[in-house]
Parts: sequence; C-alpha cells; structure tokens
Amino acid sequence: MSAFAALFRRELRLAVRVGGGAMMGVLFFLIVVTVMPFAIGPDLNLLSRIGPAVLWIGALLATLLGLDRLYEADREDGALDLVVGAGHPLEMVVIVKCLAHWTATGLPLVVAAPFFALFLAMPPEAILSTSATLLVGTPALTFLGSIGAGLTVSLRRGGLLVPILILPFAIPVLIFGVSASTAVVFDPAGFRAPFLLLAAVSLLAAVVGPVATAASLRGGLD
Amino acid sequence: MMAALGPHAAFIVVSYAIAALVVALLVAWVVIDHRAQVRRLGDLEARGVRRRSAARAEAGSDRKVPS
Amino acid sequence: MALSFTELANPTRFLALVSAVLPWTAGAAVLVLAWGLWLVSGSPEDYQQGATVYIMYIHVPSAWLSMFTYAMMAVSALGSLVWRHPLADVAAKAAAPIGAAFTFLALVTGSLWGRPMWGTWWVWDARLTSVLILFIMYLGLIALWRTIEDPTRAARAAAVLILVGTVNLPIIKFSVDWWNTLHQPASVFRMDGPTIDGSMLTPLLVMAVGFTLAMLSLHLAAMRNEILRRRVRTLGLLAAGGAR
Repeated sequence: MSAFAALFRRELRLAVRVGGGAMMGVLFFLIVVTVMPFAIGPDLNLLSRIGPAVLWIGALLATLLGLDRLYEADREDGALDLVVGAGHPLEMVVIVKCLAHWTATGLPLVVAAPFFALFLAMPPEAILSTSATLLVGTPALTFLGSIGAGLTVSLRRGGLLVPILILPFAIPVLIFGVSASTAVVFDPAGFRAPFLLLAAVSLLAAVVGPVATAASLRGGLD
Repeated sequence: MMAALGPHAAFIVVSYAIAALVVALLVAWVVIDHRAQVRRLGDLEARGVRRRSAARAEAGSDRKVPS
Repeated sequence: MALSFTELANPTRFLALVSAVLPWTAGAAVLVLAWGLWLVSGSPEDYQQGATVYIMYIHVPSAWLSMFTYAMMAVSALGSLVWRHPLADVAAKAAAPIGAAFTFLALVTGSLWGRPMWGTWWVWDARLTSVLILFIMYLGLIALWRTIEDPTRAARAAAVLILVGTVNLPIIKFSVDWWNTLHQPASVFRMDGPTIDGSMLTPLLVMAVGFTLAMLSLHLAAMRNEILRRRVRTLGLLAAGGAR
C-alpha cells in the first residue's frame, strides 16, 4: 500500500513541476469559457441558460487535452517497466496515476467552476449543481481519457488523438452531467436520476478504464 | 464605521480585504522565494561548487574583481 | 555612480543596487499607502453611489498597474529582442506574476463594485472583456516561462508573445470610448483633463503612487530572486556535469 502512496505523491509532485501542466488545465478551462461569449454573443440570459453546458464542455476539453502525456514519460525512461517488474499489478498503477492526475488537474477544474460560472451569470442553484456534477463526473473523464493515453503512448504526435478516440465514450458523461445541472433550474426533481446515472458511469469507468489502459500499455511495453 | 458604509458595506470591506490579501501573498512569495534561492546557493557552495568569477578571486589572481 | 543601462547589465552590480534601494522603495510604499488610506477615510461619498465609491480607490490603481506592468514588460521584451540586454528578460519574467496579481485584483474589485451598482457580477462589455484577456495573457506567459526549461529560449519566446499582446493595451484604454458600454468612460486621463472632483482625485492619485511604489519594490525583489535562481540553475548544471 505504501508503494502506491509513494507513487501517488510522486505523480502529484511531477504534475506541479515545470512542464507538468497541472494549472494549465484550469487556464485552458478559463480560455474556453472566455471564448464562448465571443461566438455566442454577450447576452447574459442566453449564457446563463447554457452555462452548465459551457462549463462541462470546457472541463471535458481541458481534461482530455491534458491527458496525452500521462504514460509517455514513464514509458520512455523505463519507470513503467520497473514498477511492473517489482510485482505491482499494472491496473493498480494506472488507478494511482489516474487518481493523482485527477487530483492535480481535474479537482482544480471543479474548484474553479463556481467562479467561472459567475462569468456566465448562472443562478446559485445551477452553480451548485454544476459543481456537484463536475465533481462526480470528471473522474470518469480521467479514467476514460487514460485509455486513450495508453493507446497513444508510443506515438510522437498523439496530441489530438486522445480526445478523438475518447470523446464518443465521454458523451454519456456529458449528457448526464449537463442534464442534472440544468434540471435544478426548471425541474428540481429531475436532478436525482441523471446525477445517480453519472455516478454510476464514473464507477464503471474506474473499473473499465484501468483494465483497458493496462491492456493497451502491455501491448506497448513488449 | 461599518454602518456608516451603507447598505453595501460587505462589498467594500471584502474589496479592501482581498487587496490586502493579494499584496500579502505577493510579499510572501517574494520573501519565501528569496530564502529558498539563498539556501540553495548556500548548499551548492558548501558542496564546493563555485561561480567562475568567485573561483578566480579565490585563486588569488591580481586581477581586480569588480565591486 | 552613473546608472546607465549598460552598467546595470552586470547582474552582480544589479543585486547590490537592489539591496541598497529596496528598503527605501518598500518603506516609501508603506508610508504613501498609509497616507492614501487616511485620505480615503476622509474622502466624501459619491452622491449617486454612496459609500461603494470607496472601492474605486483600490479598483482604479489596480487597473492602471495591470496595464503599466504590461507596458514595462513590453519595453523589457524590446530590450531583450533588439538590444539583447542581459537583464531584460529577467525584468519581464519577474514582472508577470505581479502584473497578473494586480489584474486579478482589478477584476475582482470591479466585480464587487459592479454587483451592487449594476446588479451583476460580470458583463461581457469591451472594457471588462479586454482586461480579462489581459489576465489570460499574463497567465499564458507565466505558463510559457514555466514550461520551457532553458531561460534563454524561454526569454525569446516570451518576448515575442509579449510584443504581440501589446495590441491589447490601447484596446483596453480606448474601449470605453469606442464602444458605448456599461463600464463608465474615462474620467481621469482625458484630453480635456479630469472630470473627477479634487476631493476624490487626490486620494486616488496618492493610492496610485503608493500602489506603484509597492509594485516597483516587489519587482526589484522578484528580479533579484530570478537572478539568484538562474545562478542556482547554472551551478546545479555545473555540479551535475562534474566540472570540479
């Protein structure tokens, strides 16, 4: 267990270092939210109605675009081989790396979302519901995105491939997340079902993601 | 004094508080970073790593070191 | 001691200068800010806005500084690219977090001022949006410096980006005149002179001077730290290379 704790700490420290990109996710999130009104128009009524969707798309893109390096460095310098060789299951290593990545990149998105919601003039109940759905849903994005990162680990130009590969699987997360967030404004009873489904998807992703990622990494480790 | 600030007193107080906080954080950043760099330079010096100009001065050359 | 830019190009001499000057600028900043706050506490309320006008004494100097710091970075960028002054990129890199902090302060105090006055925390009008863009540019530059390991390469890239972004400054300044938007038009720096009353202008100017002294002090200290950081990096590379 302490080995995984050590790995978690290492991942966190790397993520906030030079080139680690931990705060870049939040910055990209901010840029997406800022750019939307240039395209959609500054009408605050409209913006507040689609606010949850704007925040969710921003979080989705920020997470997926920040995932492509998750396994690349470790594969290149052999750290991945070392950890696997020490007898730790690759799936557990993937879970720890994903949790660390979410803590360093996804969690700041969740914390920043209420402040960005002010830019979109969202009502307080929508701010709360969107933050809750992002908290529960962004881990799913990380676990699903990790599959893409594992598939593209040996590619030089992996960049946009991760979002392209994973976006189809992220669609249910997006649907349930926005549906639950928007429901609180018009139909409060409509929050519960999509929110629970979102939680279920996250739990499912936490299992399927590491298994699929480990399988794709093993393909690349030989 | 609070009541004298009118119905929006909270906004005024929070503004000044955030300003104080931002300045305090900037000062803290500058001070902590300074201590960290000085400490690291000290560590390197203790390990015997020298800057070229310092090494030249130590070698006792009679070239004047710019003050 | 004649302080020409060429003489200041020597980092060791610059460090000595900072140690000599910093206590004075910092002390002056504290005194002027204290005087400014005292003037603010004695200043009148606005006949329309009541006491919330007091936010102006933080908001306006922060906004001025956010632009002034970027202008300083632009000059440093020129110094870096055109004259290759060794301390130019140190100056630019050290200024960025400070400029970002004051831009943040301007945005937040503006929001806190706008909520009771306009009924909204934010509106996408020209002035607010271009200041938000300025904030994002600061953060992007900081990210750029943090991502590129080698200071020389980072300096060149950052200098180009800073100069390209300078176009935002006139947009911020004149946006309230070009587009008739929610944010109020210029009342201090105008062709016809200020329209603001003296009882408010004086505290405002004193606060602005105090803020500026604080910014300069922080900048000098940050430049000193950056020079030390580069020494640490050079020595670290030397030690790792086993040069001794």
